[in-house]
Amino acid sequence: MTATHKLVAFESDKTRPDDWNRPQVIEPDGDAELLEVAMGPHHPSTHGVFRMDVALDGERVIRLKPVFGYLHRNHEKIAEGISYLGSMPFTDRLDYVCPLTNNWAYALAVEKLTGQAVPERAEYLRVILGELTRVQNHASSIGFLIQEMGASGTPLMYAFREREKILDLFEELTGARMMCNYMRFGGCRVDATAGWLAATRKVVEGLPGFTEEIERLLCSNEILMARTQGVGILRPDLAVNAGVTGPMLRASGVNYDIRKVDGYGVYNRFNFRVPLGDHWDVYDRFMIRLLEMRESIKILEQALKDIPAGPVMDSKAKIRGFRPKPGEAYGRIESPKGELGFYLISDGGPNPYRYRVRPPSLMNLTVLEDMAIGQNVADVVLIFGSVDIVLGEVDR
Amino acid sequence: MVDEGLKIELGKQGVFVTTIEELYNWGRRSSIWPMQFGLACCAIEMIATTMARYDIARFGAEVFRPSPRQADMMIISGTVTKRMAPQVVRLYNQMAEPKYVIAMGACAISGGPFKQGYNVLKGIDRYIPVDVHIPGCPPRPEALLQAFMTLQKKIDGQHLTGEGRPRHLDAEAQGEFPVPVPGEHDLEPASNPGVWTAPVVIR
Repeated sequence: MTATHKLVAFESDKTRPDDWNRPQVIEPDGDAELLEVAMGPHHPSTHGVFRMDVALDGERVIRLKPVFGYLHRNHEKIAEGISYLGSMPFTDRLDYVCPLTNNWAYALAVEKLTGQAVPERAEYLRVILGELTRVQNHASSIGFLIQEMGASGTPLMYAFREREKILDLFEELTGARMMCNYMRFGGCRVDATAGWLAATRKVVEGLPGFTEEIERLLCSNEILMARTQGVGILRPDLAVNAGVTGPMLRASGVNYDIRKVDGYGVYNRFNFRVPLGDHWDVYDRFMIRLLEMRESIKILEQALKDIPAGPVMDSKAKIRGFRPKPGEAYGRIESPKGELGFYLISDGGPNPYRYRVRPPSLMNLTVLEDMAIGQNVADVVLIFGSVDIVLGEVDR
Repeated sequence: MVDEGLKIELGKQGVFVTTIEELYNWGRRSSIWPMQFGLACCAIEMIATTMARYDIARFGAEVFRPSPRQADMMIISGTVTKRMAPQVVRLYNQMAEPKYVIAMGACAISGGPFKQGYNVLKGIDRYIPVDVHIPGCPPRPEALLQAFMTLQKKIDGQHLTGEGRPRHLDAEAQGEFPVPVPGEHDLEPASNPGVWTAPVVIR
């Protein structure tokens, strides 16, 4: 961690040692019985299969218990039984909205384990694909959030219009719209043609227009402001203590972006800023995503300008059939949802002895109760939407 | 049955001839409302199908209903885990007849890439009848549209009386499907023999 990006030590860490990680307890008014509602696993707003058991006093949430596991697909256990390369397609299906960043994090972990180098052009391609993924993830995340608020369709349609353009680029380069399976240990699978780079430049040129359109459409919308401002406040000290990362953490005003802190890949070479929230509420989380899209566009423009010629695969790269020396490695990146890490232990065999995913969505969900308590039940849906989770990653 | 040529001739005279069956099936196939029900990765492609580029509204199916009571079709879009399977069957039971199921993607058909997982159901057709299977991981939106058109063709070909009549017109037909419960090692029962039998390998 560099000096400029030091985390703040919070006063309340010292003053309240017992309850820093507990949600506040609120008492119901009067002695009316609480209504217990199971929201999910089939609920129109739960982004998949997830259950929230809420106890309500009228409209007010008194308790909230998240229930996971409806999409547990044994990803980690399967990965321990197959070769290192064999897990690459499975990583696509973790956070299925942004498969390329999952590929990247896993490739980074294995590269650390085996000590492989990555050619310059491949690093640039990874940055371009990673930032395109971030743009499409944030766009659809904003669309889903607004849809959950009741604006059925329009912003999501706008977001998906842009997403389709980006998916076309993915398809042209990797052969698949969603499950790209593109990164390899020591580089990327295929090289991008000049035509693909030109097409990408054209799409990136159109992206600022899209962010402006969304801003004009939504940012000063009265209903959106009334529904989201001051709702679902996440205190920065709690966010840090609970291990929240990504746009959620930055919306709580903590300056922590792994692209800046670690500077993995070639991120040190790009000029971009990290937007921070001021009010820690749902509106801030929405705005942070919007501003991050703008910064991503800046990175994309720089990367597309500077991308060097050369190979995309290290000549000494070992892709399959290798046995890493016994040891462990943790590779992490700033995925669109937060810190995505892969922790691998090798015992010298052809497959990992232990394979662990550190999913940002799961860690970000742990503060759901703290944000939801005392709010109206209709706002819980919004708060949940603003966390931006994907269940494939939460349950694995 | 009216002769096709005669029908066209009468149409020119301003007379519209049809059968109750045709009219009924036309009505049913032209407004199939899917249930807003996403399970995993395929759900994203399902959403993409409803958006502007692929536009499932062209087939009369853009009205996604969150409640099973108002839905005609269930798209099983993704991996069904053993924990989720009882809920899926329960939702299917809650839908009103006539109801249809599209199993979207490799996981819904057979467990797909996660088949070796201990917690993954090896195909939803073990518990509920599936009308159309779409392979792919995930299937493209075009594939979902193709499946939808296949379903429409299937509805068009149904006769209101006789052997092959749809389930909702058959008083004898099975309406409720038993909901599996988590057992000691697996769901119990492991499959519904009324809708699924283990394939026999012929050597």
